[in-house]
Amino acid sequence: MFGKLTLQAIPFDQPIIMGTCLAIIIGILAILGLITYKRRWAWLWTEWLTTVDHKRIGIMYILLAAVMLLRGFSDAIMMRSQQALASANAQGFLPPEHYDQIFSAHGTIMIFFMAMPFVVGLMNFVMPLQIGARDVAFPVLNSISFWLTAAGALLINISLGVGEFARTGWLAYPPLSELPFSPGVGVDYYLWSLQISGVGTLLSGVNLVTTILKLRAPGMTLSRMPVFTWTALAANMLIIAAFPILTATFAMLLADRYLGMHFFTNDGGGNPMMYINLIWTWGHPEVYILILPAFGIFSEVIATFSRKPLFGYRSMVVATMVITLLAFTTWLHHFFTMGSGADVNGFFGITTMVIAIPTGVKIFNWLFTMYGGRVRFTSPVLWTIGFMVTFTIGGMTGVLLAVPPADFVLHNSLFLIAHFHNVIIGGVVFGCFAGLTYWFPKAFGFRLHEGLGKAAFWFWLVGFYLAFMPLYVLGFMGMTRRMNHYDDPAWLPYLLVAECGAVCILIGILLQIAQLVWSIRKRDQLRTNARDPWDGRTLEWSTTSPPPAYNFALLPKADTVDAFWEAKQEVAEPAEQAYESIEMPKNSWLGFAISFFAVLGGFGMIWHIFWMGVLSLLAIVALLGWYSWDEDDEYELTPYDIDRLERVTIHAG
Amino acid sequence: MTNPLHDPRRANRSTPSLQAHGHHGSWLGYVIGYGVAILLTVAAFAIAPSKHMAPFSIEAALVVLAIAQMIVHLIFFLHINTAPEQKTNVMAFGATMLIIAIVVIGSLWIMSHLAANMAPMDHLMNMQR
Repeated sequence: MFGKLTLQAIPFDQPIIMGTCLAIIIGILAILGLITYKRRWAWLWTEWLTTVDHKRIGIMYILLAAVMLLRGFSDAIMMRSQQALASANAQGFLPPEHYDQIFSAHGTIMIFFMAMPFVVGLMNFVMPLQIGARDVAFPVLNSISFWLTAAGALLINISLGVGEFARTGWLAYPPLSELPFSPGVGVDYYLWSLQISGVGTLLSGVNLVTTILKLRAPGMTLSRMPVFTWTALAANMLIIAAFPILTATFAMLLADRYLGMHFFTNDGGGNPMMYINLIWTWGHPEVYILILPAFGIFSEVIATFSRKPLFGYRSMVVATMVITLLAFTTWLHHFFTMGSGADVNGFFGITTMVIAIPTGVKIFNWLFTMYGGRVRFTSPVLWTIGFMVTFTIGGMTGVLLAVPPADFVLHNSLFLIAHFHNVIIGGVVFGCFAGLTYWFPKAFGFRLHEGLGKAAFWFWLVGFYLAFMPLYVLGFMGMTRRMNHYDDPAWLPYLLVAECGAVCILIGILLQIAQLVWSIRKRDQLRTNARDPWDGRTLEWSTTSPPPAYNFALLPKADTVDAFWEAKQEVAEPAEQAYESIEMPKNSWLGFAISFFAVLGGFGMIWHIFWMGVLSLLAIVALLGWYSWDEDDEYELTPYDIDRLERVTIHAG
Repeated sequence: MTNPLHDPRRANRSTPSLQAHGHHGSWLGYVIGYGVAILLTVAAFAIAPSKHMAPFSIEAALVVLAIAQMIVHLIFFLHINTAPEQKTNVMAFGATMLIIAIVVIGSLWIMSHLAANMAPMDHLMNMQR
């Protein structure tokens, strides 16, 4: 009846886990109680849970990412503390089997449930506004995508209190992740939550590519798209091309674990190396799925705050598309040392170095945009400059790792860990924070507090260097990754510095929370000129903040890349244009319902409660079938309604 | 035909994407495509158990039939052709084929090198014991 699930699945004897679970449960109950007390259930349901508005969905993606950042960071600081304590004779506070779960969960959560939702959320919110569209191409599908991502995140967090998480590292290499070596439910938690959220990501990719190709404002040819939209197009094309590989690879591993097949086992003709090959044909494009939109954010930020058009728009677009293609030609550099030999290693080493060229072009474009501009050093610009310095260092250590002989020395060491945190924190995370600060007034109608934002930036930046520069040195000293305990006391000072860096980043995160709370409380002071607070250049700034549900009462026109900037330069002649009716998508609980059954079904499959898995799948199929024949999914806003709404919003912001 | 995409009430200015669509083929096209696809399938099943052909010839014939099948699907069902309004679809298809080629050829190349360089896994596992 309940498969492998028994009361023993809950680790009552682990005080750290139980304490965390208790705190989370109390927190959730407090939030639920507050919603009940404030009588906000109906509001929550109609305004957020069932919304198909791309802006709200984008905000929910980012909220999910923020919560998961806290979870992933707690894992990080626990690992740093363990390594700071577990030197020589001391054993630290985390037993190895728990430590293994923590580093696996940290990587999985940070990539799939922090970085991805953050980037997808920003694309969801900004891109339709930038191209002058009323929504994404498939609004209900968008809601399904988000809720599937949330379902995966929920499943992975359930593993904290019920059962265990994978002890395999964030990519679950076989043979370790195969049944004989990982008989528990940890790998199953990993596989099912990523399968569910991966479907969501793929659907979102299809949705956003369609939106960019089909829903651009009149006059906006491809060569007039803002650079962030270009990078969103590139990232979503990569999602469409790469995520099916991930899904297929995980499906084969699932078949190995559940059906006794032998795709990646050592016996029965399987080959674990095929998994490593396939997972990285997804994994390397994934890196660019994350970083390309961040490049787009920096491009928008640096052009706006330098009050100049972006230097080298065309070269920026070409570089983006070259990276998109080359992203698929470098995956072997993740396993140079696993036996492919000189020819193969040489080829992939060179392609890896080649991909640094378009990235370098971008760096120079940003520098030349700043050159001769009147740069305003606001916090988005600080994140951008912090990125340019940090990412360049990370890029150079990346080129170093791309040299196969050097990689034989450095692979699997903390040098590698330092390198990819250098590009992911210095690139993706800084980019997300720059974008968050930059577009926050567009989303909510008030700015974030600038001083606290700058303070958070400096703590993040200094914290990053303190936390990861020692790791480069430790890598050269021979310290490997994922160590629960070590005997060499010479490593300890460096790890103590790294621990200090983690604490600095913690202060940075706390400052960001303080910034959010302070800004919400004092929002009336921060409302000034929220419609266009930074003197923006692209179309998202031409509508009100926050934009109405239909984004633009009159569809904007775009004759240049900086369409809104050009429009502001011309003498404003308020062209009397009559409003036309707008078809709006109705709210839909389909995404929420599918996600509910996805969690239930995923949980059933993880614990071998197969009836629950099958019934949930049938429920999802039935829901989709029912929805497919539901014709009543739109309503019409008449010109009279729009006129009324516009009067209200103009007075508000 | 009550195709909602062509419902004039829906296809207004707010949803410009829904108007711009090429034709979706004729009945005759689908029937011809269906017939050819069946023919190619039957031919493949007929050849596979043949005792008169050399194994290599059977494999080669099956590959040829499979490629022909794909081309039939592309032309008759997915309407990939050289018409100007199909340019985007052809480009998307080309990009798809390029990525598949990179992944498949790259994987074959990598895996063959691994097979040549590495001791068989079961042998390694025995050495560890």
